[in-house]
Amino acid sequence: VLLLIFYFSTEEERHLRANDRPFNLSYHYANNAIKTSKYNIFTFLPLNLFEQFRRLANAYFLFLFILQLIPQISSLSWFTTAVPLILVLSITAVKDASDDINRHKSDKQVNNQTEKWMNVQVGDIIKLENNQFVTADLLLLSSSEPLNLVYVETAELDGETNLKVKQALTVTGDMGDNIDELAGFTVQGTLTVNGQTYALDNDKVLLRGCTLRNTEWCFGLVIFGGPDTKLMQNSGKTTFKRTSIDHLMNVLVLCIFGFLASMCTVMAISNAIWEVREGSVFTAFLPREPGVDAALSSFLSFWSYVIVLNTVVPISLYVSVEIIRLGNSFYIDWDRKMYYPKNDTPAQARTTTLNEELGQIKYIFSDKTGTLTQNIMTFNRCSINGKGYGELFDFSGQRVEITEVRGEYLDFLWNHLADPKFIFHDHSLVETVRAGNPEAQAFFRLLALCHTVMPEEKKEGELNYQAQSPDEGALVTAARNFGFVFRSRTPETITVVEMGKQVTYELLAVLDFNNVRKRMSVIGERNPEGKLTLYCKGADTIIYERLHPSCNKLMKVTTDHLNEYAGDGLRTLVLAYKDLDEDYMDDWKKRHHEASTAMDGREERLDELYEEIEKDLQLLGATAVEDKLQDGVPQTIEQLAKADIKIWVLTGDKQETAENIGYSCNMLREEMKDVFIVAANTAEGVKEELQNARRKMCPEAPEEASVIKARAGLFWCQKTETVQDEKVDGDYGLVINGHSLAFALEKDLQLELLRTACMCQTVICCRVTPLQKAQVVQLVKRYKQAVTLAIGDGANDVSMIKAAHIGVGISGQEGMQAVLSSDFSFAQFRYLQRLLLVHGRWSYLRMCKFLRYFFYKNFTFTFVHFWYAFFCGFSAQTVYDEWFITLYNLVYTALPVLGMSLFDQDVNDRWSFQYPQLYSPGQLNLYFNKKAFVRCMMHSCYSSLILFFIPWAAMYDTVRDDGKDIADYQSFALLAQTCLLVVVNIQLCLDTHYWTAVNQFFVWGSLAAYFAITFTMYSNGMFLIFTSAFPFIGTARNSLNQPNVWLTIFLTSLLCTLPVVAFRFILIQLWPTINDKMRHKVRKEALPAPAPRRLPTRRISTRRSGYAFSHSQGYGDLVTSRRFLLKKPLKSRLALFTQTDSPLAENQPQHYRTIAEEPEEAQSP
Amino acid sequence: MVKQEKASANRPDNTAFTQQRLPAWQPMLSAGIVIPGFVLIGLAFIGIGVALFVTSRGIQVLEIDYTGVEQNSPCFPCTDQNRKNCVCDVNFSIDTLFQGPVFFYYGLSNYFQNYRKYGVSKDDYQLSGDLSYFKAPSSTCSPYEYDKNNKPIVPCGSVANSMFNDTFKLFQIVNGAKKQVSLDGKGIAWWTDYNIKYRNPSVTPLKNAFNGTVKPLFWSKPAYELDLSDPANNGFINQDFLVWMRRAALPNFRKLYRRITDGDYAQGLPAGNYTLEVSYNYPVLSFGGRKKVVFSNVSWMGGKNEFLGIAYLVIGSMCVFMSIVMLIVYAKFKFPEED
Repeated sequence: VLLLIFYFSTEEERHLRANDRPFNLSYHYANNAIKTSKYNIFTFLPLNLFEQFRRLANAYFLFLFILQLIPQISSLSWFTTAVPLILVLSITAVKDASDDINRHKSDKQVNNQTEKWMNVQVGDIIKLENNQFVTADLLLLSSSEPLNLVYVETAELDGETNLKVKQALTVTGDMGDNIDELAGFTVQGTLTVNGQTYALDNDKVLLRGCTLRNTEWCFGLVIFGGPDTKLMQNSGKTTFKRTSIDHLMNVLVLCIFGFLASMCTVMAISNAIWEVREGSVFTAFLPREPGVDAALSSFLSFWSYVIVLNTVVPISLYVSVEIIRLGNSFYIDWDRKMYYPKNDTPAQARTTTLNEELGQIKYIFSDKTGTLTQNIMTFNRCSINGKGYGELFDFSGQRVEITEVRGEYLDFLWNHLADPKFIFHDHSLVETVRAGNPEAQAFFRLLALCHTVMPEEKKEGELNYQAQSPDEGALVTAARNFGFVFRSRTPETITVVEMGKQVTYELLAVLDFNNVRKRMSVIGERNPEGKLTLYCKGADTIIYERLHPSCNKLMKVTTDHLNEYAGDGLRTLVLAYKDLDEDYMDDWKKRHHEASTAMDGREERLDELYEEIEKDLQLLGATAVEDKLQDGVPQTIEQLAKADIKIWVLTGDKQETAENIGYSCNMLREEMKDVFIVAANTAEGVKEELQNARRKMCPEAPEEASVIKARAGLFWCQKTETVQDEKVDGDYGLVINGHSLAFALEKDLQLELLRTACMCQTVICCRVTPLQKAQVVQLVKRYKQAVTLAIGDGANDVSMIKAAHIGVGISGQEGMQAVLSSDFSFAQFRYLQRLLLVHGRWSYLRMCKFLRYFFYKNFTFTFVHFWYAFFCGFSAQTVYDEWFITLYNLVYTALPVLGMSLFDQDVNDRWSFQYPQLYSPGQLNLYFNKKAFVRCMMHSCYSSLILFFIPWAAMYDTVRDDGKDIADYQSFALLAQTCLLVVVNIQLCLDTHYWTAVNQFFVWGSLAAYFAITFTMYSNGMFLIFTSAFPFIGTARNSLNQPNVWLTIFLTSLLCTLPVVAFRFILIQLWPTINDKMRHKVRKEALPAPAPRRLPTRRISTRRSGYAFSHSQGYGDLVTSRRFLLKKPLKSRLALFTQTDSPLAENQPQHYRTIAEEPEEAQSP
Repeated sequence: MVKQEKASANRPDNTAFTQQRLPAWQPMLSAGIVIPGFVLIGLAFIGIGVALFVTSRGIQVLEIDYTGVEQNSPCFPCTDQNRKNCVCDVNFSIDTLFQGPVFFYYGLSNYFQNYRKYGVSKDDYQLSGDLSYFKAPSSTCSPYEYDKNNKPIVPCGSVANSMFNDTFKLFQIVNGAKKQVSLDGKGIAWWTDYNIKYRNPSVTPLKNAFNGTVKPLFWSKPAYELDLSDPANNGFINQDFLVWMRRAALPNFRKLYRRITDGDYAQGLPAGNYTLEVSYNYPVLSFGGRKKVVFSNVSWMGGKNEFLGIAYLVIGSMCVFMSIVMLIVYAKFKFPEED
């Protein structure tokens, strides 16, 4: 009987007995049902209300409401606060409820998956079959496969599509599918079978969310269910992101609270003075309540004014902000220009609260593989025996861009083993090969033999290659399509179908790749002839050193080709061969055997042997493989660079690959003054290299970084440190590798790194770990106070996606982890420019306009009360009707400002693309900051002065045209509120740049609604029904038919508006902003037609691109090892993965995909 | 076809709204609009301003302060708190014809009818004739809710309690004899106040409705006896009461007392000497208030108020001035068209 106990940091230990439910249930482990929902029907109201009132703003309004219920203080009726509060609460509640209903639905769906996942309990033994999802975290017990292996795909967890291997303990594995036997144990700590103890580790655990592959069945013991599984534990830890506007808003709201308090204090003091000087003698008509003296009255008046002036902190602000963000998020979801038809993926705003931050991005951190590149290698060109293939020319001999001749590619029908997805355009190559050109055949034979690819042939003729790197796969596939099909391999042989004829090669030795050798060779013996040949492929410089002198002429031609390929950003390899004679080979083999079994100096001896045999090679030619960029990447990067956004590439790839991509997507350029490479292995070395780079770029910069320390945030308790940008002449690039980065990210060097990196136009960090990615992001976040965006597609990008202000996931691929933790997702990197330059810019513009206007309208509204106080004995008498106060933010002014902040655009999207410089105001935070806020307040102050004193002066001692009263309080209130509403609407019109029909409707509709509602509320009927609620009966009729009332409204509105118009006009003339200039330009000119897509100019490049092997150590050893090929040789591929400490554990083989090039445009009408 | 639709099931709709391509008007503050606009507005303002100013100038106003602060003023004796039913005569003369119809106002200054607690101190239900509020006035009326004997006050509250109770009689001195100028007290309140907002309970006689209630403390007569000459002008729809209840927005205000519309004075007050007989009841000196009577006629733009006309004139000229400034700025500094 076995007992299982696990030790975990979170809980002491876990006891389970296999298939013994009563025992396991006694521990109350979480079952497998997942619950992500927050409420049920009964808990919704209390819980949701509780949660809402935890928000400061709501709590504040609740407090106000309570204040209003105190009769001594209440300066306004209860409904002025209650109605907005209830409305806001119910809008939020509805939103929360619908969110929660969705969560309930998805919970239900997950819990009811095929086998009723929710019924699974901890301790159960369950059987999984091929292609099933793993239901919970399982301890693997046994499997159908040899050595109790199972293969799982973890795409759901980490985005990696390659298979991973898990192995059960032999002791349980031997029990096979015997359920009785399997159930007959309990497991403890380490697993104990019949008194014997076996260690358990992570390798034996299948995590929920994986998919079982290539395994008929397996048995597992449930050890963690539902919420305890790693998937669920990890998914809940997303930090809540807030935008800088949010932070600013919090600070401002706090300032406003302070401001409110000081206004109320002024009012209270003034009230005390008034009470002493005037109120005390006015008691005949206004007797004091018993016990109320000037001091108490002033205290009460403080709170009364808190109620009256509370509108400076408008309750609808937060709700409106959320609505605007939601609306702008919908635009992203709806954008057809960010929809990718190939896999039917629209863009998605997964977080709807970050929109305006998209308009402020200063730094972009991008992953490479899968984001900038497609992770697809295509065999693009080759040079065979001095002749170049793969390029197309038109009649005049001009190079034709391959993309323009889609559909004209070769068909490989003559070769029934060809990969149908392979695309090649140059007919002459096929003709050459089929004509039997010996060099061309040798070329492809080499490609078919010299590699470590594993074939998989499930059905006759359906070959699948599992390659260590996609480059290799591309080369082998190319050979396959040109008639040299690599069919199968055993440790000693490789079977190739050469032009339809099956040939088996004896594999005598594999001289594997490593970083120093930069080449790989195989020695093959062609059966049955017994011809011995060494096939070698490798970096040009390495191979060139080892060529036979007779190849000199060919070398020159090939070098020209190589330069051409490198100039196009292709990855090149040089191929060479050498015929060996048998005697020498026998001798060499003997020595090789000795060397490989030697106890010491084995490596050196082997290297020597390899060096000896790999010389006097005959040059065959060169291959050029394209690491295919995603569509439009160089253009996008160019646009973003124009918008003054800095792009840093953080990749796990090695330096050469990353650099290469840097060049091919225009981030590194030949005309850059210098590209610094930091690759030192010590802290001192890194420091020196960074400093040298900095001194070279900016010799006059001080040695020590100047850090500006400031305080920000709520209560100024958040310390900020900022490193200023330093000006540099010319463009520079910086490439830093992961090793150096580890030193550079240390405390004492990080400022040095930051300064140097920020001086450069382009920064590429290669070989970085996911953690380092996040650290780099955090470094910039911390010292630059700039908005960062991270974009990536894989699980290794999750950390940086979560660390950056905004995370973008590339969706539509198999892995979901990056998308799941991202804030925005779309299918192609190039959509980023639309997201930022169009959506981001507009969102930022709209949000800032909204905030400026919103504060303006509320301050203006409130300040009028303040001025009136000086005429009403500081008695907290409101200027406006209570109903107007209730409805002002909710009805009268809600829609026009929403209309503006949902529809406004300064220039349309095409102009936004045309002038990416329009993006920079957002980065500099120009549209809404503390200064703008103060300007807003001053503007409000002016408007409110006009709004109070013009009606005051106009109504002073005046009467109606029939001599009756018009200077009464109610008429004055109506006049003041009408003036206010007209003025704020005109101000809105001045702020609106883009007048759609909806805007017009909202503005005119709101004004009309105001008059309609006012006349209704002041009508006889309303008074007769609700006598005390509508005391303003008749006011509208009696005062709005007076010409002097309208003349006053007219005067007030123009007096508020004209100075603004004049000021803005002069400002535009004297200091036009980029927006002003652009709007002017748009007016005058038609949009220039988009520049024709020019052929990328070929760079004359002296730098040669990397090596087609992107990884360190090859796995030639494994290929030739017999260890795992015992039971089923056909499944040899699988054996590759068992040895977790092999090189490939570090370099997980990348799933190889061949080119799938379908015209995208053709699908979109 | 179906297949294709399926393949792009997630494709967003192509509407002007979702693609943010709604047709729109994009106005700009260009020189061609702003500068002529300012000139036009300026000229229009000057025009309106002149009209208003001239109209306002044509309105005649005669203000007489009768508070009696100065020793030599006719009402000084009445300022003594202990004198009841004090009457004083205020003499004045008019040089030219005071164009009719003439409106007769009383004015109070430094009087805070707009104080919040004063303003809320009334009961709308009671004033609309709801008898149940006669028995139990609303608590907002405090401290004039009940009298010392705990009897409900009707009409309750500070506003009603403090009703202005000076009365005036106007005489023209014709050949040394007093000739009374007839004053019209009808129709001086808002139609809506008289007909809708304030109503007497439908009890006849009106007096019975007030059974069990007391009159406001400061009042000398109960509400149902405010106007003994006209039974219809009593209770809550007494015109003077209505005028008083429409509380003023500012601490200095005037309220319509009577109109001089009929008889010999329908065309206005002819030049001559007049005597105003004031029955002085209302105490204002304790809080530094002033009382005055105002005779005024009106125009299409209401009573005399020179502010509007002057404001229009000033702002009109400023607009013209600004347009010149803007023109200079535009001509000199207009931003370079080319980047």
